Amino acid sequence: MAYITCKDITLRYDALVVQEKLSFEVNKGDYLCIVGENGSGKSTLMKCLLGLKQVDSGTLSYGDGLKKNEIGYLPQQSQIQRSFPASVREVVLSGCLNHRIIHPFYSKAEKQRAAEQMECLNITALADRSYRELSGGQQQRVLLARALCATQKLLILDEPLTGLDPLVATELYSILQHIHDAHGITIIMVTHDVECAVRHAKSILHIGKKESFFGSSEAYENSALGRRFLGESLEAEACSNCAHEHEPAEKEEN
Amino acid sequence: MHSFSEIFTPEFVSVILLPALIAGVAVSLCASLLGVSLVLKRCSMIGDGLSHVGYGTLCIAVALGWAPMQFTIPIVIIAAYILLRLSENSSLGGDTAIALFSTSALALGILVSSKANLTTDVSHYMFGSILAMTRSDVIFSVILSICVIAVYILFYDKIFAVTFDENFAKATGLNVRFYNLLIAVLTAVTVVLGMMLMGALLISSLMIFPAVTAMRLCKRFRSVIVAAFLISIGCFLIGLFLSLCMDTAVGASVIIVNLAVFIIANLVSGFKKSK
Repeated sequence: MAYITCKDITLRYDALVVQEKLSFEVNKGDYLCIVGENGSGKSTLMKCLLGLKQVDSGTLSYGDGLKKNEIGYLPQQSQIQRSFPASVREVVLSGCLNHRIIHPFYSKAEKQRAAEQMECLNITALADRSYRELSGGQQQRVLLARALCATQKLLILDEPLTGLDPLVATELYSILQHIHDAHGITIIMVTHDVECAVRHAKSILHIGKKESFFGSSEAYENSALGRRFLGESLEAEACSNCAHEHEPAEKEEN
Repeated sequence: MHSFSEIFTPEFVSVILLPALIAGVAVSLCASLLGVSLVLKRCSMIGDGLSHVGYGTLCIAVALGWAPMQFTIPIVIIAAYILLRLSENSSLGGDTAIALFSTSALALGILVSSKANLTTDVSHYMFGSILAMTRSDVIFSVILSICVIAVYILFYDKIFAVTFDENFAKATGLNVRFYNLLIAVLTAVTVVLGMMLMGALLISSLMIFPAVTAMRLCKRFRSVIVAAFLISIGCFLIGLFLSLCMDTAVGASVIIVNLAVFIIANLVSGFKKSK
């Protein structure tokens, strides 16, 4: 059984129906990118996947041993967070909370887990720095470490590249690839960047106002919808993040 | 200005000053803790709104001859819950909804008290009268303050998570609504206790000032909490002492000291940055 199965779901934004009869599934080991125009219901779908919102009709079910508190989430950053007085360690540790029911304070195992994730994302040296003093890319790594504390199975990312410069975006993609390959974590990412989505993800879910697509990245590239959307996005974002994607990722460590 | 020995007679110290000091320190601690969460969650207005509701309720309690604190606390807790829901999903927007709700409650209270001709009796809740607190008031405040602090420490990690990123907390399965309610209830209790001390008009700044000052100086959540704690107690003690020496209102003096410390903290952090 798949981690997440959506069958004939309807997405609604206030009273407006944005998607009808949407079906797809996410299996263990998948790397799925969700793309689509503005207002096509990407964020609404994401909220439903995270359980922050109910689907209006159809069914959305978790399976294959995935529990609701085993999903890691990388949200878009709010303005408040950017100026929040908290150390990196405090932020990362807060990802461990979802597995705890009664204990009031962090256990040794949880601190160990947070330390491992910081090590994995190369931010151990920043542990005692203040979150608000970090660069956008570093902040994103901290939030990613927090999300990894919350899950060992499934990571859901909401437009993680917004506001990052191309080099940092490239770096983030390779970190995600590493997490996916080495740790076997399933990834679902909502993104505007179709080019990169096709290059990195195994499968694509395109939700559009008129037509939708769900299948492998290759099939998407060859589909009429995919060709049209990729072409448009190439013109629109001639100097987008992916323009730098071809450069070797040698600055990964800064 | 009075001389030191003139004011601090042994009877005054043991009967009036000491209880006031203990209650004041306890309530200042609560206020500073919750202030950090309120300021960071961008809902400082809830403290202000609750103090309006609290004052309105006190007026009604006094008019009906009921015990003011014991009657007001449950009502303000219910109001805290309603304000939180209003700010979450009101079509008016949080701030507007809070202002409408709380000033209506205040107006109702004033209406009742003016009808019952009580305006002078209740006016000391407007500006606070720490030195007029009865022994049972003091004991009641101290016990409740200890409860507030204990609950806060017990749920500290979760309060941090909910304050820093509500959506993440919700998505990873934390009961965000419960912890928001918890913060609101603790705030409600603190506001009512603080009204005896500082008065309804000034209590919200007792919550906000130490938090904002601490945020200028500290970079970590835990150190912000500890600094707000210390600033709050320090300002309270200095303010109380000054008010006794210079014969000024206690609540207002404490706030002015807080303002001075805030300005100094701003200068210090500005100086640090430019260096």
